[in-house]
Amino acid sequence: MESALSSGIQGLLLGITHLEVGHVIMILIASLLLFLGIKKGYEPLLLVPIGFGAILVNIPLAEMMGDDGFLRYFYDAGVRTEVFPLLIFLGIGAMTDFQPLLENPKIILLGAAGQFGIFLTLLLALALGFDKLDAVAVAIIGACDGPTAIYVSSKFAPHLLAAVSVAAYSYMSLVPLIQPPIMRFLTTEKERQIAMAAVRQPVSKTTKILFPIVVTIFASILAPKGAPLIGTVMLGNLMKESGVVDRLKRAAENEIANIVTLLLGLCIGATMAADQFLQAQTLLVLALGFIAISLDTAVGVLFGKLMCLLTGGKINPLIGAAGISAFPMAARVVQAEGQRYNKKNYLLMHAMSANAGGQIGSVIAAAVMLSVLQGMGIVGG
Amino acid sequence: MDNWTFGWTLALIGMTGTMLVLWCLSLLILLLKKLFPYQPEQSPSQKG
Repeated sequence: MESALSSGIQGLLLGITHLEVGHVIMILIASLLLFLGIKKGYEPLLLVPIGFGAILVNIPLAEMMGDDGFLRYFYDAGVRTEVFPLLIFLGIGAMTDFQPLLENPKIILLGAAGQFGIFLTLLLALALGFDKLDAVAVAIIGACDGPTAIYVSSKFAPHLLAAVSVAAYSYMSLVPLIQPPIMRFLTTEKERQIAMAAVRQPVSKTTKILFPIVVTIFASILAPKGAPLIGTVMLGNLMKESGVVDRLKRAAENEIANIVTLLLGLCIGATMAADQFLQAQTLLVLALGFIAISLDTAVGVLFGKLMCLLTGGKINPLIGAAGISAFPMAARVVQAEGQRYNKKNYLLMHAMSANAGGQIGSVIAAAVMLSVLQGMGIVGG
Repeated sequence: MDNWTFGWTLALIGMTGTMLVLWCLSLLILLLKKLFPYQPEQSPSQKG
């Protein structure tokens, strides 16, 4: 009887006896993510499930990511197969209005410049000793686009998925703090005061419907490895613009997006096990992610300056900062900065065009990257 | 292939490729707008 009692009590204490410093640190980090999501409102839809997933996976002996763990089931089904980020893209497509971009298509080029941080960070990561595919996964944080970052890192460097995802979503929510100093540093006060004329070029419904179809065919043929990314965003947008599948569109932007966001967040949290996350490399990934988004902003603004020069001062270079995928946050930052220096300046619609361009740009940049990798023989066909 | 050759190749083709694809897309949008220009819909009161 005594030994049975002792064994029983030992069983109760097993969790405590297996608790290591790493688990405690990770539970504290997870609690910080929960605090940022709940109290500060930073990307709560993701930080809450990520934080909770990180707590669950760091409970000793719970084996949430073990062979039979319930988080492992969702991870294998949705992250390893890359299905979750693609379903999120479907919802993003259904929610995004490309009208500002269609009205002013030349602004889409800012969406390309806003991705250059990806490629510059790739060089930095390689210089710091990351191997090829790890460097690609880190650099993709510069897409400033959570699902793209998850898609690429889960494909090429699953061991970096947690760090890459946390960096991508954290910096996206910090765009209002990261961008303004860079915008001010790279522009003169006179440039920041440039008022842009309103562009009102209504777009026909046929154009809006054909846009996602044409983009899918054209971009996927040029960069076939990116077809799943481009295809899902554009399918979502086609459902929105066609107006004939309202139920599917609503499902994509509500039920599917919500369920997948929850499961994806939990799965990302589940990759934050102490032994994998608490490494010097994680800090490097976080630092490189910050550099990537800063470089995106800097190159976007510099490209805006070039466009300003070429158009004889008709374009406010600040809108270049909106050429990233953080929609519509980056556009709002540009509007606020513009108004700070010229109260009569309304840059929002122009910035929204650049921001929509950034959304397409991030997907195209990832697609181009994947296809070049395939062409170089770094990844299989 | 060494890391630097890999990095510079991917960076140069990646940046140029992204810019070119988006530039072509902007041209395609202009073409779509030319082929299917916006026509204001008849207001309900004007209909037959």
